[in-house]
Amino acid sequence: MVRKMKENKTKKYKRDKHGVWGYVFILPFFLAFAIFQLIPLASTVYYSFFEYYKDGLDIVGPKFVGLRNYIELFGADLPKYMGNTFVLWIVGFIPQIIVSLILAAWFTDERLKIKGKQFFKVVIYMPNLIMASAFSMLFFALFSDIGPINSFLQSIGLIKSPIRFLSSVVGARGLIALMNFLMWFGNTTILLMAAVMGISPSLFEAAQLDGCNHRQIFFKITLPSIRPILVYVFITSMIGGLQMFDVPQILTGGSGSPNRTTTTMIMFLNNHLYSKNNGMAGAVSVVLFVICAILCLAVYKTSDPAGENK
Amino acid sequence: MKKRITKLMALLLTTSMLVPMTACSTSKKSASDEHVLNIWCWNDEFQSRFNDYYPEVKKVSKDKSKTYLKDGTVVKWTINENKDNNYQNKLDEALQEQDEKDDNDKIDIFLIEADYALKYVNSSSTLDVVKDIGLTKKDLGDQYKYTKDIVTSKGVQKATSWQATPGLFAYRRTIAKQVLGTDDPKQVQEALGDWNKFNEVAGKAKTAGYQMLSGYDDSFRVYSNNVKQPWVKGDTVTVDENIMNWVKQTKEFTDKGYNNKTSLWSDAWSKDQGPDGKVFGFFYSTWGINFTLMKNSLANPDGKAEVGNGAYGDWAVCEGPAPYYWGGTWLCAAKGTDDKKEIKNIMLKLTCDKENMKKMTENPDIQDYTNTQSGMEEIAQDPKFSSSFLGGQNHVALFSESAKKIDMSNTSKYDQGCNEKIQTAMKDYFDGKVSLDKAKKNFETSIKEVYPNIKKVKWPKD
Repeated sequence: MVRKMKENKTKKYKRDKHGVWGYVFILPFFLAFAIFQLIPLASTVYYSFFEYYKDGLDIVGPKFVGLRNYIELFGADLPKYMGNTFVLWIVGFIPQIIVSLILAAWFTDERLKIKGKQFFKVVIYMPNLIMASAFSMLFFALFSDIGPINSFLQSIGLIKSPIRFLSSVVGARGLIALMNFLMWFGNTTILLMAAVMGISPSLFEAAQLDGCNHRQIFFKITLPSIRPILVYVFITSMIGGLQMFDVPQILTGGSGSPNRTTTTMIMFLNNHLYSKNNGMAGAVSVVLFVICAILCLAVYKTSDPAGENK
Repeated sequence: MKKRITKLMALLLTTSMLVPMTACSTSKKSASDEHVLNIWCWNDEFQSRFNDYYPEVKKVSKDKSKTYLKDGTVVKWTINENKDNNYQNKLDEALQEQDEKDDNDKIDIFLIEADYALKYVNSSSTLDVVKDIGLTKKDLGDQYKYTKDIVTSKGVQKATSWQATPGLFAYRRTIAKQVLGTDDPKQVQEALGDWNKFNEVAGKAKTAGYQMLSGYDDSFRVYSNNVKQPWVKGDTVTVDENIMNWVKQTKEFTDKGYNNKTSLWSDAWSKDQGPDGKVFGFFYSTWGINFTLMKNSLANPDGKAEVGNGAYGDWAVCEGPAPYYWGGTWLCAAKGTDDKKEIKNIMLKLTCDKENMKKMTENPDIQDYTNTQSGMEEIAQDPKFSSSFLGGQNHVALFSESAKKIDMSNTSKYDQGCNEKIQTAMKDYFDGKVSLDKAKKNFETSIKEVYPNIKKVKWPKD
């Protein structure tokens, strides 16, 4: 009886008192979240319905204008910048996923016995450690009209006059895609390797015993088994691509040249922030938020294990 | 006991997480009673003039962030680089908070540039240098008129400058000899006297294997300073005919190979000014010749700047096809300052004192063109004054002629954005990537982005 009483007491104690401390512990996060995320988010949405900018030192507004900012936004070049962002991302992503898949398959293949795996893993990850802006500055200097790449091509006689990489659409977009590829293929490789190594070795052994060749093993076993991770890589890369900013911004000096074909969504947002145009910048942010939210929902849908087992 | 400790720990942890948030809000109190004068600028140009030529300077701190004056005042320098509008952004923020700050934290003097001068001059953030600060019309009498006009709003002068920045055409003597048969500034000026002649010489330069100009933006200022109306009136940008003349000329130059397709400040542009450059000349104003062009022309940038080092001494200047100015820095007294007396003295000594300013011009390391008409006339007449960088030419004589012709009546507070955006937009057209109409559209888009209050863009009829 006494013992039972004691048990009851401790149970009660645990529920009543320690439960409160749990809330206290998570309170800082929610406070920080509210102050630094939720309130700014709400005010962004709020101001997107206002005319609110700076004309020199004078502040104009805030004046409620309803959906005018959104109408102006879609009437302007927003679809074009969405297209730019998508092109810049996909051109970098396709080689990235192909190269990463090949490297992941090679590095995890027991029969290939690649030496210095660890070394290569570090090397391919390296470009990701460099700041994107520094990387961009480097490319800007390398591929300038009188830069080392042009000097080299001229000195070996491949070209007569310098190629003006940054003045052509293909050149500028190509360089941005190349940089994104270089920066991210190492990261993707390591993710995919982890996925491949998670596949039961018995599957590979069985396939080999059945006389599968490399290609068949890759397409019939490896690829289907790493599908969830592939989807994850795809979605995160897409969200990253949507937020592409520093590389094109610095490579083109903020102008998104030539002919605004390298202006991404975030660069467009930055243009409005530059003029302290809170209303339009808010509207752009809300559109971006909606797109991101849809993509995030897609992540949840595709990584749902119930859907996986179908 | 254990419970207590757990509770205590939990409390400690939570509060410690909150501390960094609140720490930022506690206001700083000035550490000592010293009297501080705050000066805001974007590079060390004015700082070094101040340290060298303001007579009240006692000593300069090691990191140069503070200058100590004889009466115990400490001048605190706040230098924010101007890249991506950084300087103006920070300045605007600080000016907005001006009223809430301690006297020692308030901005007392800030510097502005010509392209956006009106933004501050037209605002209430700047003080009248005559009525509020106490400079007299007589003090300012010897300054070039245009340097006063540009910073005058409704008859009130809001800033003052120690320099005037008339522009000239700087050319390579050796190239001029090959193209024109002479490197004498008078004869070269004869050959380049107006735009038609200039374009003609460009053709000759091309046949001789040279380019007339380096890139797209080189002649821009010469055109944009001679417009008939300001960029912006009300909510409308009006593109002047002269701007379109620049577009026409530059497109022609590009298609015919008269330029090197560079952009202002790019490395290719700087290299064209170096010893191996094949470019006839550059449009540069006072600061550009002794500061930028000289640095770029040296073969060994770390070596002594003297004849024999790269293209040093191979340059000369002439007035070129049209008078223009480029750049310039003005001193503003910030509203709310408590140091009007010091500000007056600084403005007086650095922007109104003829002898002091003449010394700046005569210093071979600076050779700044200073804002004293009579002083510059004297140096212009002085047979002993010459620039070895320009092959012994007295460039001040030419500047003083050019400075008188500058007309600044057509400025607007949106000039910076308009100048930058039209250059960016037209670059695609010069490159042959877009049609002229598309380039115009792109300009319209970007100008409305920079200045949300702009609703219309008017182009001249063809």
